[in-house]
Amino acid sequence: MRTLEVSPNVLWSLAGLYGILIVASMIVAVLRRSPADANYRELVQRVRSWWAMVTVFTIALSLNRNISLVFFAFISFVALKEFFSIIPTRRADRRVIFWAYLAIPLQYYWIAQAWYGMFIIFIPVYMFLFLPLRMLIIGETKEFLRAAGTLHWGVMIMVFSISHVAYLLVLPAANNPGGGGAGLVLFLVFLTQFNDVAQYLWGKMLGRHKIIPKVSPNKTWEGFLGGMATTTILAVLLADLLTPLSLSASLLAGLLISAAGFVGDVTISAIKRDMNIKDSGSWLPGHGGILDRIDSLTYTAPLFFHFVYYLYY
Amino acid sequence: MIRLLRFLFYTVIVKSVVLVVLGLNARHREKLPQKGPAIIVANHNSHLDTLVLISLLPLKLLPLVSPVAAMDYFFRSRLLAWFAVNIVGILPIKRMRTRGEENPLAPCFSALAAGKILILFPEGSRGEAEKLSEFKGGIARLAERFPDVPVTPVFLHGLGKALPKGEALLVPFFCDVFVGEPIHWTGERRSYMRQLDESMAALSAEGHFPTWE
Repeated sequence: MRTLEVSPNVLWSLAGLYGILIVASMIVAVLRRSPADANYRELVQRVRSWWAMVTVFTIALSLNRNISLVFFAFISFVALKEFFSIIPTRRADRRVIFWAYLAIPLQYYWIAQAWYGMFIIFIPVYMFLFLPLRMLIIGETKEFLRAAGTLHWGVMIMVFSISHVAYLLVLPAANNPGGGGAGLVLFLVFLTQFNDVAQYLWGKMLGRHKIIPKVSPNKTWEGFLGGMATTTILAVLLADLLTPLSLSASLLAGLLISAAGFVGDVTISAIKRDMNIKDSGSWLPGHGGILDRIDSLTYTAPLFFHFVYYLYY
Repeated sequence: MIRLLRFLFYTVIVKSVVLVVLGLNARHREKLPQKGPAIIVANHNSHLDTLVLISLLPLKLLPLVSPVAAMDYFFRSRLLAWFAVNIVGILPIKRMRTRGEENPLAPCFSALAAGKILILFPEGSRGEAEKLSEFKGGIARLAERFPDVPVTPVFLHGLGKALPKGEALLVPFFCDVFVGEPIHWTGERRSYMRQLDESMAALSAEGHFPTWE
């Protein structure tokens, strides 16, 4: 196992992240409402879950590269399992679903090998063609197209999309001497999650005009634009520390992460609305399921990856 | 030695399957019995049902817990019987009553008298995955004999997708476990069974479950 060289820049940024958490915990402590208040209790749980997530993420990112890859593979696994558990599935497809799970170790193995060609076509081409074949062998034709479509959609979003975060770790370190692969991952994941919180807070403070009321009645233009401005400023400030991005590229990256994060968020919201559920699970107290947390990342990860990959690698 | 094996089976294998491979969404877990004697009743879809229920109980109760299971099924081979009795810790009973024999529930009576926690699946068998079938009356006879023992109803969903009857391949799914309020003996079997059925129906109505056809 190769040890990951976590650069001082990444360590400093992680320290900053804990600084934000400490501030958040202090704000929650100052607010101190009665524990009977359901909103307050959720806020407390939410901040506590953030501490746990950031701690696990820090450990996974800084120990070594293979541990980081296993960590992201596990995120994909939990997310895919949550997705298969909330959508209608066919009894006949149990074994097809099993094969869909097997895409996870394979996809992350290609990443460990830094085999870009295979990484980029394995799920969109080979899994796309293989899963229906496996369904044909079972032979159930009722709702065939719906099943093939939903299963592959899940593998694309939960495995293919999320695995782009992991591929950032194996990009040549020489192209990003300041932050390395871990720097890019931290930049992407932190800004995506920060943008979620920023859009939420701006919406709470100034929200007036609904942006997409049929899908997500709480999302407003004020929240969207306020979040976008904050995230972009932060992207510009952090880019030098963690990424090879130039000033103008970091500006674009901030806008891209903010806009894509919004779309990912409401896409998962649309699915939950379709399934008539509020949260996708109960894995993360205060947040809901894992899909409720990585919804934005499913869109930001591939888009940010290709943005950097095209410009700098 | 066998007690140690059983302990390791539940702490290492069952915990990792239940928490990592499957993943649980347990509601009102605190309503599960915290001491014996007690009875837990649940709908039955999978061999995993027993293991999941036991994994939700505090470990210190493990020596007290006995899932009630069909002798004809688990005593098919000597290896399976050994595993079921010593490691899983089942209390074997006969499903069919033959004339002149003692009451098939007699082992349950002695277990409750000894302060054990019984896990019972009143549907009688695992049945068709993810469909509730009618509860059989044995549970009412237990409650009649031990009116002070709490009977806690639990609704399970998703385990029949993960490992249904007749399948050996475990496919990961998140599973729901909804625990209800303990119910008490009503003084009469029919109203008791109705109370139990209503409680199970209310628990199953707590979740939104996607179709599985």
